[in-house]
Amino acid sequence: MSATVVRKRSALTKGQLPKFAPYIVLAVALIVGAAILALIGFNAFGWGIVSAILFAVGLVSWSGAVEGARKAKDKLATCLVVGAFLIALLPLISVIVTVLVNGIPGLITPGFLGTSMNGVTGAYDNKAVEEGAPVLGGIYHALLGTIQITLLATVISVPVGLLTSIYLVEYGNDRPLARAITFFVDVMTGIPSIVAGLFAAAFFFAIVGPGTKTGAVAAVALSVLMIPVVVRSSEEMLKIVPNELREASYALGVRKWRTITKVVIPTAISGIASGVTLAIARVIGETAPILVTAGFATTINNNVFGGWMASLPTFIYTQILNPTSPSNPGPSDQRAWGAALVLIILVMLLNLGARLIARLFAPKTGR
Amino acid sequence: MSKRIDVKDLNVYYGNFLAVEDVNINIQAKSVTAFIGPSGCGKSTFLRTLNRMHEVLPGARVEGEVLLDGDNLYGPGVDPVTVRTQVGMVFQRPNPFPTMSIRDNVLAGVKLNNKKISKGAADALVEKSLVGANLWNEVKDRLDKPGSGLSGGQQQRLCIARAIAVEPQVILMDEPCSALDPISTLAVEDLINELKDQYTVVIVTHNMQQAARVSDKTAFFNIAGTGKPGKLIEFADTTSIFNNPAQKATEDYVSGRFG
Repeated sequence: MSATVVRKRSALTKGQLPKFAPYIVLAVALIVGAAILALIGFNAFGWGIVSAILFAVGLVSWSGAVEGARKAKDKLATCLVVGAFLIALLPLISVIVTVLVNGIPGLITPGFLGTSMNGVTGAYDNKAVEEGAPVLGGIYHALLGTIQITLLATVISVPVGLLTSIYLVEYGNDRPLARAITFFVDVMTGIPSIVAGLFAAAFFFAIVGPGTKTGAVAAVALSVLMIPVVVRSSEEMLKIVPNELREASYALGVRKWRTITKVVIPTAISGIASGVTLAIARVIGETAPILVTAGFATTINNNVFGGWMASLPTFIYTQILNPTSPSNPGPSDQRAWGAALVLIILVMLLNLGARLIARLFAPKTGR
Repeated sequence: MSKRIDVKDLNVYYGNFLAVEDVNINIQAKSVTAFIGPSGCGKSTFLRTLNRMHEVLPGARVEGEVLLDGDNLYGPGVDPVTVRTQVGMVFQRPNPFPTMSIRDNVLAGVKLNNKKISKGAADALVEKSLVGANLWNEVKDRLDKPGSGLSGGQQQRLCIARAIAVEPQVILMDEPCSALDPISTLAVEDLINELKDQYTVVIVTHNMQQAARVSDKTAFFNIAGTGKPGKLIEFADTTSIFNNPAQKATEDYVSGRFG
């Protein structure tokens, strides 16, 4: 390119910032931010805030000078959106990092997943702290309890929730009953989880006997929380099944209930299944309702219908609040964080499972 | 394997709204009858009363008689499901079941009703129906692929195959070609010509050339104005509807002076 060639600017363009402009502004903002913070005492949080503000102001004013007001507003909106995104993301990442850092030592302790707290007393924890002996005890009983309670809650909630949503979408026709159900499902969605727990406890006290605390009671409490979620998600999924498919089925002389079971539900099954999985993920971490319905146990309980039962959330709660060794809470903390990590991993697996299910069941479109 | 339809004094309602008023029509067996008329005049509504699909919508009802070879579809104790196995329907938009393969779509009428069918009989039925719908050669190598992967015209012919697989007496078609290109339309029209050897075909169409091409008889529906009921204005041989209509409104419509 010879320097004598004067490139004529297109009449259709205005001034443009170079592609790397945001990076320059970011670098300058970080440096200036660090300088300002150095004057008043450096801390990482303040550095981030000051740099972000400097970056936004710098980029917007540069853009306004070169590109005009419209582009500057566009840059400002981008900065705000990205900022909001980062603010939303930070706590999430922070939670995950904290749980990972604190939880991994517990998780990799031998026997953590395979043993219960049966017979683990404060004396062992004291020994672990004072003499460096391995931390004993694990979450096997709590993991087992969580799985049993959640499974039973799912077995109760899915049929009730799915059938309710089928009634609402296929038979309700905006009848008073359907409207009432919709209203109460909405109300139930907002029930505080402790109230659901108290309801289940009171219900079983009334029909079985006072002091009934078993995994099944907890499962009922979780069902109360889960059913509205299942109803809502299944309802939405059934609603988006095109009416044309129902009519096509009717026109072939297929009965309504067969149309529902063979055409409508298979078409919506991916959404329903992932909705159910997300509902499970929603209740698996509930603490309060389980505390008042299943109590807490330190031993393995394989019977969901009899005896107190541990679960991961209540295990975490009791380990933090009532450490096994009150004088040396370290090992209990470690176990609690380990259990928290396991719980997060479970929820993450359920979410991944929901995606997988949605993909597996989705109607295929290949040629 | 085809029956005639006689409609006597039929009024069709949506709730309290009278949508189609006082229709009397006699549709011959093994013939193609076309319903034409402006949008909203009740052609599709009336068509849907012929296999009791109308009442699927909330609040929809009819008064009067629809006789299928003398049996009233709306008689007491008549099961709409039985009616629909005798009177099949093809819809405006192709609607193959997205969860099913091409083969299963054709067999839907059998399988969804949980009728037992041997594999050999099923294969024969699939081939017969797809051949009947002029689709066999295009899909015979990919019967296990999803039906929604076909082109629009192929999907519509798949829907026709699905409808004829339950061996109805009558096939109703609600603007079957309105979502199709001219070549697919031609394929469907050829198919309609073949179908009338075995079935009674009733077709709603907005395309007057199509009515003229495929039908033996044509019914012209019209509506006096918004909120008024649709009426059957004239029903006669297709040639006389298009060349020598008895009613002024029919002449205006087919000659393109309105609508």
